Amino acid sequence: MFVGPFLLGLGVFTYIPLGWSVYLSFFDAHNTVTPSDFVGLGNYTAMLKNEAFTDSLSTFLVFSLLIVPATYALSLALALMVNRQRRAQAFFRSVFFLPAACSYVVAALIWKMSLFSGVRFGLANTVLGWFGGDQIAWLSTTDPPWYWAVIVTVRLWLQAGFYMVLFLAGLQRISPTLYEAAAVDGARPGWQVFRYITFPQLRATSVAVVLLLVINAFQAFDEFYNLLSDARGYPPYARPPLVYLYYTALGQGQNLGLGSAGAVLLALIIAVVTVGQAKWFGLGRKEAQ
Amino acid sequence: MTISRRGLLGTGAALGLLTACGSNTGRDDGGSGGGPELSQWYHQYGEQGTEQAVKKYAAAYDKAHVTVQWRPGNYDEQTAAALLTDSGPDVFEVDGPTLDQIQGKQIADLTGLFEGVKDDFNPAVLAPKTYDGRIWAIPQVIDMQMLYYRKSLLADAGVEPPRTLDELVDAAKKLTSKKTKGLFLGNDGGAGVLGGTPLYAAGLELVTEDGKVGFDDPAAARTLGKIHQLYADKSLLLGAPSDWSDPSAFVQGLTAMQWSGLWALPTVQKELGDDFGVLPFPKDGAGEPSVPVGAYGAAVSTRGKHQQAAKDYLKWLWIDRTEYQEDFALAYGFHIPARISLAKKAGKLRKGAAADAVRFTTDHGYAQPLRWTPAGRTAYQDALSRIIKDGASPDGELRKVVRKVSAELDRVKKK
Repeated sequence: MFVGPFLLGLGVFTYIPLGWSVYLSFFDAHNTVTPSDFVGLGNYTAMLKNEAFTDSLSTFLVFSLLIVPATYALSLALALMVNRQRRAQAFFRSVFFLPAACSYVVAALIWKMSLFSGVRFGLANTVLGWFGGDQIAWLSTTDPPWYWAVIVTVRLWLQAGFYMVLFLAGLQRISPTLYEAAAVDGARPGWQVFRYITFPQLRATSVAVVLLLVINAFQAFDEFYNLLSDARGYPPYARPPLVYLYYTALGQGQNLGLGSAGAVLLALIIAVVTVGQAKWFGLGRKEAQ
Repeated sequence: MTISRRGLLGTGAALGLLTACGSNTGRDDGGSGGGPELSQWYHQYGEQGTEQAVKKYAAAYDKAHVTVQWRPGNYDEQTAAALLTDSGPDVFEVDGPTLDQIQGKQIADLTGLFEGVKDDFNPAVLAPKTYDGRIWAIPQVIDMQMLYYRKSLLADAGVEPPRTLDELVDAAKKLTSKKTKGLFLGNDGGAGVLGGTPLYAAGLELVTEDGKVGFDDPAAARTLGKIHQLYADKSLLLGAPSDWSDPSAFVQGLTAMQWSGLWALPTVQKELGDDFGVLPFPKDGAGEPSVPVGAYGAAVSTRGKHQQAAKDYLKWLWIDRTEYQEDFALAYGFHIPARISLAKKAGKLRKGAAADAVRFTTDHGYAQPLRWTPAGRTAYQDALSRIIKDGASPDGELRKVVRKVSAELDRVKKK
């Protein structure tokens, strides 16, 4: 009885739309969710041949290669720093975690209009000006692709605190006796202890963090959309898959069949990457005795 | 305290009732009058007073209870999605409609409403609302875009207002300094806002009247290559806090010339007085100057329960009540009334830059054809972005776009 409403909600808002989307992906569904023209795998082949879609996957790949290691390193560094902090630990934890509570949309707009505005009074350009540098149109140049600096830093700021908390939990699970034993064996505190004790002990947390980071990177939408779109559209050079599918299915294009095929393909790619990655890292495997 | 299942259900039902009583159904806002209930959607205008004005018009209608919804955000996407459901609007503004919306039977045929007045609507904006000889939306007001230039900055640099695309490229370069850029075409370098304008200025078009690609011509690559030249010369303002539709960059002196809309004219006039002029997009080669014109249309959803009442309301609002049309066009923002007779008698459009804008609209205006589908437009804009920013070969990019647009034209022809 108590589970019923939740199951109903899950069915109505998740499973039925999911099933319907798979159904739509086999039809020519322009401006309709009840199509009649069956096209088989036509939408799938069209999507795979579509340069814009494959480009969007490349965009994801670049984003992933930039954001996953950066977030991993920063959040681990913050966790180590805060964990060692003897005074005001709660304060620093809160300070680093707080950006996680900020909306991606708001942060993206602050980055776009204030920090990385392309004119002379944008904060980044003002600082460059102090050192005699030229103004940079951060979001409008492709060579060099400065827009990545904006996109990556905004997400880094927003999510590093959250992953720091996960690492903190992992750090607190490490038994102090290991450190004591290492000290007895003459291990030098600092890098040596981190390299041989802390880092290996964080393996399970690290795998989970990388997994979450990759999935989140695949789902990137808000900051890309709010940093780069305008009323007339979106530039092709930094359009991740979800933004592309949004324009295909929900924008004026309203090609719901093609968009659904893209969504199914994307879900399959995420599933394959996730399972492959989990296998690679041995997630869920029992620790060696 | 334990709560029985019956008690819990009862509390839930009571809460549900209370929520229903207090919920915002959108039916009590802005409308009056008897008859059926109609909901009307507008996109959020940036001009103060427009929302109150449209609510006032709706309230004055006595044959239906019209509720106005003022919708911020991505309006086109909202309406496109809402038309798939029964909870969408009865009447709504549409930046189109698109051919897919017409062919998908989402929009009602409004041809009958134009009896006796069709010739009084500007043909340039009525054409993209007409398909198969039927009219699918009533143009409300005409918007157009043009080039604003700062007279004093041009005079200081010894530059004449550009009449050709080559002159525009030269002028933008000469007007660029450490503090001021020569030209602002939007933060994307013009890929979004320019669209087909350079093609029309080169004597080409997006889609021909017989439904073929209108820019499969070497002149197209030559013209778009010149837009890249503006970018390569670093003459373009990029990364401004507000985009091309807002004249802030121009009035703040960040740029000497800016591509923007007629709606920006009052702000520019207020800030710069007489120190500005307007031009159409300069011609290239054998072409003619061009300005894009467009009009939000008022349309009726076929999913509405009261289609005839909705049509009657639109006829009353946008055809019979001409004083409302003039008020809507010129009392809050700055637009050209869609009715030729109204545009001719509007005092605010008779002198200065406003009169120039009206003349450009008449002499050089083009509207995006109905067959220029969103998929074709996206492919073209992507190519334009690659040409402008990446220096991609205009020939190669356009060849790909021609293939894509041809496939789209074939698709819509088959329906």
